Amino acid sequence: MNNIWAVVKRELSGYFASPVAYVYIVIFLLLSGFFTFMVGGFFERGEASLTAFFLWHPWFYLFLVPAVGMRLWAEERRVGTLELLLTMPITAWQAIVGKFFASWLFLGLALALTFPLVITVNYLGDPDNGVIFAAYCGSFLMAGAYLAITCMTSALTRNQVISFILAVVICLFLVLAGFPPVTNLLARWSAPLVELVASFSFITHFDAFQKGMLDTRDVVYFLSVMVLALFSTSVILRSLRAG
Amino acid sequence: MSTIRVEHLTKHFGPKRAVDDVSFTVSTGEVLGFLGPNGAGKSTTMRMVTGFIPPTSGRVWIGGHDMWENPIPAKRLIGYLPENAPAYTDMTVYGFLSFVAELRGLRGQARKQAVHRVVELCFLESVLHQSVETLSKGYRHRTCLAQALLHDPPVLVLDEPTDGLDPNQKHEVRTLIRRMGEKKAIIFSTHILEEVDAACTRAIIIDRGRIVANGTPAELRARSELAGAVTLQIRRVAAAEVSRRLYQVPGVKRVSILEEQEDRVRARVFPAQPGINGTFTRAVGEAVQGWVLEELRVEEGRLDEVFRSITMPDTVRETS
Repeated sequence: MNNIWAVVKRELSGYFASPVAYVYIVIFLLLSGFFTFMVGGFFERGEASLTAFFLWHPWFYLFLVPAVGMRLWAEERRVGTLELLLTMPITAWQAIVGKFFASWLFLGLALALTFPLVITVNYLGDPDNGVIFAAYCGSFLMAGAYLAITCMTSALTRNQVISFILAVVICLFLVLAGFPPVTNLLARWSAPLVELVASFSFITHFDAFQKGMLDTRDVVYFLSVMVLALFSTSVILRSLRAG
Repeated sequence: MSTIRVEHLTKHFGPKRAVDDVSFTVSTGEVLGFLGPNGAGKSTTMRMVTGFIPPTSGRVWIGGHDMWENPIPAKRLIGYLPENAPAYTDMTVYGFLSFVAELRGLRGQARKQAVHRVVELCFLESVLHQSVETLSKGYRHRTCLAQALLHDPPVLVLDEPTDGLDPNQKHEVRTLIRRMGEKKAIIFSTHILEEVDAACTRAIIIDRGRIVANGTPAELRARSELAGAVTLQIRRVAAAEVSRRLYQVPGVKRVSILEEQEDRVRARVFPAQPGINGTFTRAVGEAVQGWVLEELRVEEGRLDEVFRSITMPDTVRETS
């Protein structure tokens, strides 16, 4: 546990050592504001809810989360610190989990900084804060799933750009599988297949959270995506070392 | 007791045999120099000893712990300086050392003291709060070396510890290695032969993944063709006469005339059996009686010659 915490602290200090972290948070907030107010039509909806805000999360996480996670292992491999880290008296699993948690906390911080939106809707109307809370939980879990996939692609290469692109492609599949235009297309072809494919999608599982439901199945879905992707990361790292 | 024990270590990368059946031991108080041409398998061996890469076959014990069955206690005993001295570029020197100290299980006051100690040992005060990214190569190297010494480990594995340092820093690092070697088991790799004399108690030469020589620097030098050869400088005798008379020395292999001036000849007599040998030296001394001798010297043998003749057997040349 101490080792994981040491890795978490190092990664977080790594983010904030350069201006990149601050720039990232500003972009995150600007983009979420833009989508909520300009594209999502926050005011035109005439309802006191954050639907217009959460609606876009699967889409802008598609680019923003891989941007946070792409360096996790690719940079270690490029600089050679991987050798240093994995010859320390810690297990590879502790290193993987530590790095993942650090980035997840960072994303959580960016997400938490959208709190003025919550204040705004509460000032303007009388929203269901339970729904908002559930949606925040879902959004955070979904960010974790994106991040775990990015961790995995980051371990595959020493090039951050390649790891970014791979993560975007894999996540795009997982988003599109539940995207209505795609599911409608599939529905015309084979109805039972739709449900199966859609059940793999981030969108399908995030929907329930947006409606204010904390369904165990959705929580388990996101958690299992994380565990699976992090497990793959450890397999990739092991085979990398074996040569 | 041997602190590092390596048995039949073998590593394949695809069809390539990077390390082939390497076995050795290092005890506390020993400094083992790992020599070999580039790509001989030095770094691969060190990576297996430190538990970074798994061997295809063979075993590594560090202080009685098997590196693959019980890696955490084994790794605790090791301080490791990887090749090219990697360090987290986005941290300061102090931050980096504190992080490693924490992973090494040092907390609070103990951590501060450990960092302070290695900073002093490796002369890092002036760059302590500088980002690793902005360091010169010498400082970065010493930062990574400092990291390996933080927990005062009983085993040190150093991959080219003097690479990229200036001559003064090289001297400091060698002195440091020799001093620490009294209480630790140290393996370090190098391709600078003078370092073997400067710091090692024993040396292994590795070539194409195999150990081709293992001994003290003096033992290795004795394998040189030059070892035990006698170099002479004589006045007022013709080279042909010198050569003729020296060939009659019992146990001679070859006589070579190194230099020939109007009234002076330099010659070297090689014994048939390399190695310093009193009988041969005396025989040469008797053979030259009556001549005006300006120099008479018994050669110790040279490591670079041994190294070349072992690792490049086809192109061995006579050293003059």
